Amino acid sequence: MPKQIHLAAHFPGVNNTTVWSDPAAGSHIEFSSFVRFAQAAERGKFDFLFLAEGLRLREQNGAIYDLDVVGRPDTFTVLTALAAVTERLGLTGTINSTFNEPYEVARQFATLDHLSGGRAAWNVVTSWDAFTGENFRRGGFLPQDQRYERARTFLETTHELFDSWRGDEIVADQASGVFLGDADAGRFAHSDAHFDISGRFDVPRSPQGRPVIFQAGDSDEGRDFAASSADAIFSRHSTKEAGQAFYSDVKGRLSTFGRSRDELLILPAATFVIGDTDAEAAELAHEVRRQQVSGQTALRFLEQVWNRDLSAYDPDGPLPDVDPVISEDHVAKGRAQVRMHRDPLAIAKQWRELAEAKGYSIRELMIETQSRQSFIGSPATVAATIDDLVQSDAADGYILVPHITPGGLDPFVDRVVPLLQERGVFRTDYEGTTLRENLGLAAR
Amino acid sequence: MTHLHSHLHVAVALDGAGWHPAAWREPDARPAELFTAGYWVGLVTEAQRGLLDLVTFEDDLALQSTDRFADDQRTDQVRGRLDAVQVAARVAPVTEGIGLVPTAVVTHTEPFHLSKAIATLDYVSTGRAGVRVKVAGSSSEAAHFGRRSELSLEDLFAEAGDWVEVVRRLWDSWEDDAEIRDVATGRFVDREKLHYIDFEGRFFSVKGPSITPRPPQGQPVVAALAHQALPYELVGRSTDLGFVTPVDAADAARIVGEVRSAQSAAGRADETVHVFGDVVVFLDDDAATARARRARLDETAGEEYRSDALVFDGTPPQLADLLEEWAGAGLTGFRLRPATLPHDLRRITAGLVPELQRRGLFRASYEASTLRGLLGLPRPTNRFATV
Ligand SMILES: Cc1cc2nc3c(=O)[nH]c(=O)nc-3n(C[C@H](O)[C@H](O)[C@H](O)COP(=O)(O)O)c2cc1C
Repeated sequence: MPKQIHLAAHFPGVNNTTVWSDPAAGSHIEFSSFVRFAQAAERGKFDFLFLAEGLRLREQNGAIYDLDVVGRPDTFTVLTALAAVTERLGLTGTINSTFNEPYEVARQFATLDHLSGGRAAWNVVTSWDAFTGENFRRGGFLPQDQRYERARTFLETTHELFDSWRGDEIVADQASGVFLGDADAGRFAHSDAHFDISGRFDVPRSPQGRPVIFQAGDSDEGRDFAASSADAIFSRHSTKEAGQAFYSDVKGRLSTFGRSRDELLILPAATFVIGDTDAEAAELAHEVRRQQVSGQTALRFLEQVWNRDLSAYDPDGPLPDVDPVISEDHVAKGRAQVRMHRDPLAIAKQWRELAEAKGYSIRELMIETQSRQSFIGSPATVAATIDDLVQSDAADGYILVPHITPGGLDPFVDRVVPLLQERGVFRTDYEGTTLRENLGLAAR
Repeated sequence: MTHLHSHLHVAVALDGAGWHPAAWREPDARPAELFTAGYWVGLVTEAQRGLLDLVTFEDDLALQSTDRFADDQRTDQVRGRLDAVQVAARVAPVTEGIGLVPTAVVTHTEPFHLSKAIATLDYVSTGRAGVRVKVAGSSSEAAHFGRRSELSLEDLFAEAGDWVEVVRRLWDSWEDDAEIRDVATGRFVDREKLHYIDFEGRFFSVKGPSITPRPPQGQPVVAALAHQALPYELVGRSTDLGFVTPVDAADAARIVGEVRSAQSAAGRADETVHVFGDVVVFLDDDAATARARRARLDETAGEEYRSDALVFDGTPPQLADLLEEWAGAGLTGFRLRPATLPHDLRRITAGLVPELQRRGLFRASYEASTLRGLLGLPRPTNRFATV
């Protein structure tokens, strides 16, 4: 039997992938958009809906970034509301472990799990910066090297809270008057360098016991954190070569933590453009990239590597002849992405060579290097590509990020999903009621 | 300064199986379902059938206890609760008309997180959100968060005031028309219409803007329960709605007076601040039945039920008399706490409401689609707007 593919849907949000200028683009904040999107994902029998998070509006060159979609709802509130209009779809929320407290987050996830009948998942992210910290009591106190240490003990602490109820304590026997079968239900005590807390957790054990745990973060520490503690990884590596390299690296780490290869799913983010034919899709994909990368956006991308204000440059002209500024302080704030550019001088050199060889302007170069969609083609091509990638261990499935809100998922659901089902690599109905069951993960 | 209304406002406070500790043992109680969505949807739908202004959802950041300061280890009462904001959010898409006001504990939470949570509740309910702020003075709640030294009562309320101020500024930190989608210039938002709130206080500093655009109501309704001078000041200074606990009409008049002076002192004399009287209710078709039910519940609990609010037992018309009398003392509405659920809630919707309607004191249909609209509160202009 071939490997079964997992599919999830990422609500399009704050990044230049989301095309807002298209006439088909609707509201990204009104609840009706979330309902339509979630119901499309559920119609397609997707495993879950995914929400990213950003806790401060991004800035560049000292001003709020105004070219992309800005603004998003609160994760727990919108996911719980979506539980009212869906039945089987998993609900995955990205929640930061630096700017929250375990007791509160544990009760929010336990509540989501109760109110959705066992469909909650938590993508644990570790952004730590002082810029984001300015919105919170604690401020930006956390040094970068402690981000995963806090994440690890945060996660352990929430697990202690989830496990402080076994699940059989609520007796609610009206005749005998015993509501609670254990006078100590929920008792916990945790003490380490980050958290010193004790008492009683006040949410009884939820259907899944613990939410499904995701990790997103690409560093060595991040990969170890995932291998030791997560049920799934949200990665960036959607191409075959990079995907396979990431897949074997992370799956290889599992044995160190006494875990087997099927205890951790690898689900890269992926974008797509579907046309009637491959040629039509390629044309459409290019058009979408032009919508995603305006001249202004191209300059802002370039600034994220050059780390200097380039607004005086012509996006339709050649690359700047000045070099990137190497500094701890970055012109782009609140963007996890900029930390990816680990050697800006080398990137600049490589881009100049590419632009020269192909005669690219700044905008053309950015369109080529920054925003190529993961899957482009006819429904048959896209289905075959995804199947091949999953069977060749480049991934266990994909978290799809459409470029249009809220209807962008429809072409995939209506045209690609049936082909994957025909191939026998994707479910025709949900296997279970909880997300853990649908992801094929053991109960925890 | 007092706000004249053609009719009374009626809210219901939902908590567990009802406010009496033995409520969960009543034959019509569903104690095993307290942690399911269906339970809460059923209750709010019933309240909506009665055209009530709003429901509140109780919450704490600790397990329930009869001892305010410690864990009581009791097993004969309801224990365990879901996060109130999420319960409200779960109910929102399947209800309409009625306001949804969850409790938020301000002492240990981040105003930034709660500001976007309540704004989002306003989006998912299309304009029916509120929040009831609550301080947490107990050491058990503090121990759940760690490292936070306990504050004096003065500081707890000063912090609550700052918390509300931060939340309100964050709601305004986006002007209503900040999203421009201007294809010509490539700008999705007009950054001139997004505002840093730059709050610096004794308890926290918050930069802003919010990550969530200004919610449908502009400012969701802020409420607080108040029993004494410090919280009366919080109500007068910071909220749209206070829940108070008079013992009789004279007491109600005194409390309303205190809230109004606090309101004037805060320079808000011309704004509408509702003051609702809280009453625990045992309602039946005849008074003897209500009294007997109360006695039976007390016997089951093993002690007489006591409350911070007046405990009423009687018929819907008798309750209507009381509410009319108290309204005469200046209260603008009431928050009824059903002693048992769903029994007393049904007596409110099917008994009290028709009685008030007969007297011309209550609406016959929802006259507005937002909670502010139901409460006669205008949609506020944005404090940061320049035009
Ligand atoms: C695919 C992917 C998606 C991410 N999404 C978010 C997000 O939505 N919110 C956030 O705060 N951080 C997000 N991050 C950032 C990571 O959680 C992490 O904090 C950051 O990458 C630093 O960790 P690292 O050094 O291990 O990469 C994402 C990272 C990756 C790889």
